[in-house]
Amino acid sequence: MEKFKDFKKRTVIAPDGEKIEIDPMKDYYCDAIPTPRKDYDKIPGILENFKNWARSESLWILAYGSGCGAIEMRPLMTPKHDAYRFGIQWRPTPRQANLLMISGYLSVKTLRIVVRAYEQMPSPKYVMGLGSCTINGGMYWDSYNTINRLDHFMPVDTYVTGCMPRPEALIAGFDELKKIIRAGKGVGADKYAENFAWYKENQKKILGDVGLPEYSW
Amino acid sequence: MFTFNEDRSLFPRHDEKGKPIVDVESGQFTKIWQGPIHPGMTGNMSLELTIQGDEIMDCVTHVGYLHRGFEKLMERRRFIQCFPICVRVAVPEPDFNEYCLASTIEELSGIEVPEAANWMRTLLLEMSRLQSYLAQMGGQGSSFGLGLIGQWTIWARDLVLDRFEEITGGRIYHMHMPPGGVRSLLPAGFVGRMNETLDEISAVMEEVERVLFHNSVFKKRAIGLGYIDPNWVDEYGITGPNARAAGVAKDVRKDNPYLMYDRLDFDVHLEYESDVFARAKVRYRDILTTIDLIRQILPQVPTKGEFMAEVPNVLHWKIPYGETYKRAECTRGEYGYYTVTDGSGYPRRINVRGPSYTHAVTLMEKMAINLNIADTAGVMSSLHTYPPEVER
Amino acid sequence: MKEIVNRLKEKFPVTAEIYQRDDLTFVTVEKKYGVDAVAYLKEYEGFTHLVLLTAVDWLEEGEFQLTYLLNNPKAKHDIGLRVRIDRETAEMQTAHHLWPAVTTYEQELNEMFGISFPGSPRQGHRFILDEAWQGPPPYRRDFDTKKYSEETYFPRPGRSKIDPSEHMKKKLYPEGM
Repeated sequence: MEKFKDFKKRTVIAPDGEKIEIDPMKDYYCDAIPTPRKDYDKIPGILENFKNWARSESLWILAYGSGCGAIEMRPLMTPKHDAYRFGIQWRPTPRQANLLMISGYLSVKTLRIVVRAYEQMPSPKYVMGLGSCTINGGMYWDSYNTINRLDHFMPVDTYVTGCMPRPEALIAGFDELKKIIRAGKGVGADKYAENFAWYKENQKKILGDVGLPEYSW
Repeated sequence: MFTFNEDRSLFPRHDEKGKPIVDVESGQFTKIWQGPIHPGMTGNMSLELTIQGDEIMDCVTHVGYLHRGFEKLMERRRFIQCFPICVRVAVPEPDFNEYCLASTIEELSGIEVPEAANWMRTLLLEMSRLQSYLAQMGGQGSSFGLGLIGQWTIWARDLVLDRFEEITGGRIYHMHMPPGGVRSLLPAGFVGRMNETLDEISAVMEEVERVLFHNSVFKKRAIGLGYIDPNWVDEYGITGPNARAAGVAKDVRKDNPYLMYDRLDFDVHLEYESDVFARAKVRYRDILTTIDLIRQILPQVPTKGEFMAEVPNVLHWKIPYGETYKRAECTRGEYGYYTVTDGSGYPRRINVRGPSYTHAVTLMEKMAINLNIADTAGVMSSLHTYPPEVER
Repeated sequence: MKEIVNRLKEKFPVTAEIYQRDDLTFVTVEKKYGVDAVAYLKEYEGFTHLVLLTAVDWLEEGEFQLTYLLNNPKAKHDIGLRVRIDRETAEMQTAHHLWPAVTTYEQELNEMFGISFPGSPRQGHRFILDEAWQGPPPYRRDFDTKKYSEETYFPRPGRSKIDPSEHMKKKLYPEGM
């Protein structure tokens, strides 16, 4: 809670003497909730098929190692595995990424960050869960600080099992994700918008109401 | 524009403990968070920085993003069940967890480990050290914008991981040292392939030496950056390469020899400049030492013989009351397990002593003061901090 | 090691001593002498390196055991100073004036065990756990992590537990013993 004590309303005096009201929780976030695309669950037409092909061939990953699976991401960038040849690259900020890799277990503190990062990413966006711990808690199924099921907090497009998954398994997972997107089934962002209340309820059950704006893009 | 031409160490005002007096409400300061989503962080942690201009006035480390509660989870698992989870404490080099936990359990239950198993353990620990150093070298280069170093060293690290896969079947997590010994000896033809790998890595390291330590960008930025006073070594509990770069010969392998290190011939390298450049140099020379050590160990590992001591049925294994502490020298410093047993089939308490505990929190907070924001990444990776061992 | 413990005994009442290895000894002192003994070992006996500070929960005896593990870098041996404190009040003098790193250890113990160190900076500030954490200090033994996890984190149904000894019995002797 002490982290958010700076988020209170305050009046700031600008250098020219003007008084400005600042409410950080309002100024930094937009609380308009997202809306799903129209007809996103219908069979896609030619134009949409072309867009899906383009999307599937440029997966930009948010370079955020949220768990131990992140150590197998680095070899993917080197010549031995070379994920760049599949149109995959790593971006430093959520605004430039469209694929969120949850590399392993999520502790409560990380879940807070990940939810915010997911909401900041531009739509359409995809989520890939790495390792057994995102599916059912895996090795940490009885831990008091890690969540058990990722799909209760954000829609997951595909999972890669293993603890931890090998780089080859990751490339196979990217392949699977590409097939899903090309078939027009990569609609996680729309599902998230449609079931927004349910996801928010689950998130708030664990994260509480503190410092979590309704929607932050 | 505000410029400060006097002694920078006096700015801003400090209290008697050397901590800067910063009044955030005065409007002269900005508070920013570096991390957790930040390419310059060495893992999932964050720094809360109070800055003026580009200069850091105050720094608070925030960890806990990777907390899984290992010490709690191990309390409700049998000793043998602790093994698969204890390796997950430190991902870049999990073997030190296995060794420390196994050796505490062996000491408390009075198990004598066969010599072949000790040789195998020494080999695995040195291989683990090699791959972790290679990963760190890449990170050190990348934090100053030299991405090429990472491409080379991570590639070289993959070669070591392939050799690990041959012995243990796992790339990252090996779980090869259960209490009592090791799970297997070397496979046929391993020594030749390992020697080939070491030759390749030596060739890569020669090029890294040329590209990293003679690079004017790296020299200009790293020399004089992130100074650690030799007096801080005891005060802040600094161990490993960070202490050795400050001219303090601290190496558990020499100080309290464990496994077979007293039969191996190696030197502890010291540097005295104690900046980022010196620490990188210590690590570079440590890699060469490790390659040499593996070459020494390989011919001495027995090809046949007993490699597992007699242990009780692991499902009914009860260890009498006792407590002990075992340490090993990992790439970041002193790594240790403090194990307390109470006579039941479950450990009473297992505490992990990771070197990053002091490096990443207390020391980093001290060193960040008067640093530029752009240099924090370089300093952090030169301390080789790794968050999971802070919070477990 | 023996001489150091004897010298320590002259200054402080030592209630127990265990010689674990040649280079590792555990001694127990009373709570009120705890920090003084640590300071004595640091200043006069050369134990300048604090290896770790941690707590052990002896729930059945109603006590916490604090262990200050100190290392002498010159003589290359360790001493573990153990202090038993009451589990109900759970309070101990702070030692943060001896090493700056102790602040972090005490902050963690305060959060994870609920042991308070009056006077230590950052007491009561969150270190590892999330801001929204409402449960008790998790490292205490009466906190059931499995129950908490099942109630909070939406466990996926279908996890079944097989008792290993029963399973092996059935597998090895299908007809019964």
